[in-house]
Amino acid sequence: MDYKAYRRRKLILCIALFLSLLAVSLFSLSSGPYHVPLREVLAVLLGGGSKDDRLVLLGIRLPRIVAGILVGASMGVAGAVLQGYLRNPLATPFTMGVSHGAMFGASLAIILGAGYSLNSGQIFLNNPYAVVLFAFLGAISATLVILALARLRGLSPEAIVLAGVAMSSLYSALTTLVQYFANELQLSAMVYWSFGNLARATWRENAIMAVAFAFVFAYFLIKRWDLNASTLGDEIAKSVGVNIERERLIGTLLSAFITSVTVAFVGVIGFVGLIAPHSMRLIAGGDYRSLIPLSALAGALLLVSADTVARLIVSPMTLPVGVITSFLGAPAFIYLLVRMEGRR
Amino acid sequence: MIEARNLRFSYGEREVLRGISLEVGKGEFVAILGPNGAGKSTFLRCLAGILRCEGVFLKDRPVRDYSPRELSRILAYVPQRVEPGFLTVFDTVLLGRRPYMGLTPSEKDLEVVEEALKRLGIEKLALKRTNEISGGELQKVSIARALAQEPEILLMDEPTNNLDLKSQLEVMRLARELAKGGKTVIMVMHDVNLALRFAKRFVFMKGGRKIADGSLEVLSEKLFEEVYGVRVEIGEVRGVPVVVPL
Repeated sequence: MDYKAYRRRKLILCIALFLSLLAVSLFSLSSGPYHVPLREVLAVLLGGGSKDDRLVLLGIRLPRIVAGILVGASMGVAGAVLQGYLRNPLATPFTMGVSHGAMFGASLAIILGAGYSLNSGQIFLNNPYAVVLFAFLGAISATLVILALARLRGLSPEAIVLAGVAMSSLYSALTTLVQYFANELQLSAMVYWSFGNLARATWRENAIMAVAFAFVFAYFLIKRWDLNASTLGDEIAKSVGVNIERERLIGTLLSAFITSVTVAFVGVIGFVGLIAPHSMRLIAGGDYRSLIPLSALAGALLLVSADTVARLIVSPMTLPVGVITSFLGAPAFIYLLVRMEGRR
Repeated sequence: MIEARNLRFSYGEREVLRGISLEVGKGEFVAILGPNGAGKSTFLRCLAGILRCEGVFLKDRPVRDYSPRELSRILAYVPQRVEPGFLTVFDTVLLGRRPYMGLTPSEKDLEVVEEALKRLGIEKLALKRTNEISGGELQKVSIARALAQEPEILLMDEPTNNLDLKSQLEVMRLARELAKGGKTVIMVMHDVNLALRFAKRFVFMKGGRKIADGSLEVLSEKLFEEVYGVRVEIGEVRGVPVVVPL
């Protein structure tokens, strides 16, 4: 097999993943307590269909699926990029403290009066924008602290990862402190917020996530060679003309940024940033030219599938999608660890 | 071509290079020798522009003034160690073309990569991942990548590490050929005898200073005792000097 055939195979994998994503999305659109046959789904997507169908599909299911695609793709790309720049297979924006920071931000907003929850599982947010804004600021702040340190003191990739662990721990302590002083209704709102729920995203949220994702995705596609160089070590990266310290800072910041945007809107949904890039690396290799789009597609496919399972498995009840991704993620994660250890 | 003028470098408080001057011209093949901790690798990294140092000049212009891209077209650096990973051998060597290409490699870039792979005799490994090949093969991949960069100056940090006897000779012969073809080759070496056989000029370092610099005639048993603290006898086999520790 020559190099061009090898490259072509990756393109085919890309197309296969895209078609799978399309198929799962259509299935997800038609399934649920209110069943819509596939023919009607297509009619609605093409601008026709009955009024009820349009309401259910365009008002409820489609925004949720689009959110799944955007969040999954964002986390897949962010994970792939961080693993490359930090040369650490466990790196994701969540290991940089994004999830714990978001949890702290959201909890703080809630205790300051932005929302409460009755035990029905519904969060009542008096001020949803405050929660989103606080969660976003909390999420990005951990990374900003680490990157400021890295810039001032020239931290190595290993030190950046360890600093992320420290920031996560700091933010979970702060969250515990806030929860300690919260009343029951606020406390349950915090817990429900932490579950992560794609239904929180409406068209407006989706539009914001799409813009953020498109910008960051394009940036990383342009930087694909720098990412490849980074995986070989800083010295080689510098030798082929990559300003590796700068690219590492920008790459880490942008990864944390798209993740923070999605976490602020839909809450914490774990493991996608770990499974999507690693599975693609094992299947198609570590070339970031294909790894970036493949990780985006795999992340989207994974999250939309998980969310569909979460909606249907105990229908009409909906499980938190984070539970499903973690159920998938924990064994996949252990499998990867075993495989990596076996290589030594 | 490349020159160090009273080069000093410290890691924090620890002074590693204490004023080294060296001028290397086009087509020279220089081996840098010395004990562990002499500052050889640091010196090479300074020359390569990987460490930011004052006092390194490339074609009479401070290395600091070159843009990373400009520098990477003139200088290629082969580090002691390469991280094995999920990138294929071909894509790893293709990185050597980054200084020349836009977003996608041209046909010419692919040809240069094929050529570099053949030169190191690793074209069969092209589609293997770098975590599937041996340490010696990985070292050759790293050298092939530097060749693909088509540099004027090649800086190599112990390139024969991890290599078996045959591959050591291949790499040294290749370096000699490159120097004959007009490229400047500077190599940090631990294997004294291998260096003596192939290189044309020898720089001995100790404690961050240059102790000796010149062709075969600078060699003396006293020099080895001073630099390495080891008594040696210098003999000759088939016209090649051989250093035997006593």
